Amino acid sequence: MTDVYVKAGLRESATFDRITINEIQRAADTGIYDIRGFGAKRRVPHFDDLLFLGASMSRYPLEGYREKCATDVTLGTRFAKRPLKLDIPVTIAGMSFGALSAQAKEALGRGASIVGTSTTTGDGGMTPEERGQSKHLVYQYLPSRYGMNPDDLRKGDAIEVVLGQGAKPGGGGMLLGQKITERVAGMRTLPVGIDQRSACRHPDWTGPDDLAIKIEELREITDWQKPIFIKIGATRTYYDVKLAVKAGADVIVLDGMQGGTAATQEVFIEHVGIPTLAAIPQAVQALQEMDMHRQVQLIVSGGIRTGADVAKAMALGADAVGIGTAALIAMGCNHPKWNQDYEAIGSAAGYYDDYHEGRCPAGISTQDPELSQRLDPVDGGRRLANYLRVLTMEAQTLARACGKSHLHNLEPEDLVALTVEAAAMARVPLAGTNWIPGQGF
Amino acid sequence: MKTIDLDHQSVRELNQGLHDQASACTEPEWLVLNPAGKHAIACGLNAKLSVDIQGHAGYYCAGMNQQASVTLHGNAGQGVAENMMSGLVRVRGNASQSAAATAHGGLLVVEGDAAARCGISMKGVDIVVGGSVGHMSAFMAQAGRLVVCGDAGETLGDSLYEARIYVKGKVASLGADCIEKPMRDEHLAELRELLNRAGIDANPSDFRRYGSARELYHFKVDNAAAY
Ligand SMILES: Cc1cc2nc3c(=O)[nH]c(=O)nc-3n(C[C@H](O)[C@H](O)[C@H](O)COP(=O)(O)O)c2cc1C
Repeated sequence: MTDVYVKAGLRESATFDRITINEIQRAADTGIYDIRGFGAKRRVPHFDDLLFLGASMSRYPLEGYREKCATDVTLGTRFAKRPLKLDIPVTIAGMSFGALSAQAKEALGRGASIVGTSTTTGDGGMTPEERGQSKHLVYQYLPSRYGMNPDDLRKGDAIEVVLGQGAKPGGGGMLLGQKITERVAGMRTLPVGIDQRSACRHPDWTGPDDLAIKIEELREITDWQKPIFIKIGATRTYYDVKLAVKAGADVIVLDGMQGGTAATQEVFIEHVGIPTLAAIPQAVQALQEMDMHRQVQLIVSGGIRTGADVAKAMALGADAVGIGTAALIAMGCNHPKWNQDYEAIGSAAGYYDDYHEGRCPAGISTQDPELSQRLDPVDGGRRLANYLRVLTMEAQTLARACGKSHLHNLEPEDLVALTVEAAAMARVPLAGTNWIPGQGF
Repeated sequence: MKTIDLDHQSVRELNQGLHDQASACTEPEWLVLNPAGKHAIACGLNAKLSVDIQGHAGYYCAGMNQQASVTLHGNAGQGVAENMMSGLVRVRGNASQSAAATAHGGLLVVEGDAAARCGISMKGVDIVVGGSVGHMSAFMAQAGRLVVCGDAGETLGDSLYEARIYVKGKVASLGADCIEKPMRDEHLAELRELLNRAGIDANPSDFRRYGSARELYHFKVDNAAAY
């Protein structure tokens, strides 16, 4: 199609491209902003813009398959009596039951447990399916407090206080009526079928001084057993991390702007927050200045897709990473086998982002009983476990090539950047130079 | 009766002692002396205990309470009885903001006034305030009942879901989607029962009832001004 128009001499506007024109028309048709799931779709500087310097003369590599490259991580060593010990540093990020089907939540738990990592509840509370199948389950404590109760709080293996999400720092959640079924509504104490808006601020505290007292309360209620994570969307990361550590966090969960969401205004997804790549060095700097790097662990999420992304995030100073979108894709989201169904709802495999509509052909981001049945939790869990293993083996391959016997030994010195922007954000030299923009000369 | 003096023992010791009662309730009555505004006093209880706190408490006193009956003989800081599930929390003095925030059940009685955001995001709790409540009270309140024997501050019940609000005095203003609704017999009866349980002497017929107009339950272009 495009070729035909171009051959005929028609020129598309860079400013008013077809996506933009389409959005103006959509806005005029409906009078309401576009809401969608997935993460930012625009290109931003990312891990693809970094490369590893493998070992050669001045460093020696480790033998693949024979020499050990360990992957374990312990989260919450600062105050918690029972830190979370994981076999691999790739965790499953918080995604709500409501946004996802019960089958999908169960599959996430199964997949994570097979490889010895954690999964996380979400805005909507804990389901027995996910608790039952998750060896390590992080319990989210969100502004909405939907389904929040002290019994589940005690059942969690860690508590994650959510201040924000990379896809929408400063915004609350939403779940549209199609997905507020009887079960979801019951768990959230809401009328069935309404368009639910969750709060963006916590109802009983504001600011870092209050947060310190809130953390104290959560520790008191759980008898100082559980690690307390603080999740922030990446914006003023350097300051936010300092304040979170000062407030008493055991672990910082840092979600970059590419991070996925179940339902957010498109304008929010694409225009608020900073890229994951830019956020990590800020967080690490804050931790190092407080002598807390590796004491307070850093989990990074937002656009993690490959073992290379895992290794690069860790080389920049993360202790672990979290994945959302990639986990859903591994379980079958956007799979070509559903293409006919995607087309029937005006999308296509590889493009589908209307998680909020609850019509997910793969049975993942839906509450429809028939669609949900399409995801077999055992099969979904196995696919996720396979994918997590690949991520881990890829990261190990890169770490061994850099001569590291543990993923945690990767360091910024192992990296160079392909672009000036990535060099400035990641604070590593532009490939082939000693130049780190913003660091003198 | 077990006595804990917070001048000499820590909040941690107090709470651990109270939590230990969840498995075997051997010491049902507790007296807490010199709370001196400390935070997180008697939070996370889960047993049929009776706890008397002699003085003022800081943030989150009796937070997430289950089953216990906690009486604060003084004023309460922010978030008293936040996310309470069941039981009874009584504040003899005034309560700071976000009293009973997100609470699912039980009864909170504030004999004095409660500050801003009383009952914010409440999810089934009953709250009876002897005096007045501050602005944004019952903001996004989902379920339960808020009874105010004095006045209510601005934007009462903003973005209200299914919670019911009864106010005896003046309401400075109603929030988005909150409207006055007629007092029918069943409302007078439930209000009488709540006042009785709270031990507050007031005549149900002096109150007005407020609830959700349910206009914001679905995104509609015509409601754009309210978003
Ligand atoms: C379907 C879906 C639901 C989500 N629900 C929540 C949630 O309830 N709470 C939360 O903190 N983050 C939520 N997130 C964000 C994830 O926790 C995580 O920050 C993000 O997905 C990471 O980026 P990635 O998707 O690029 O891996 C959700 C994301 C998705 C895709």
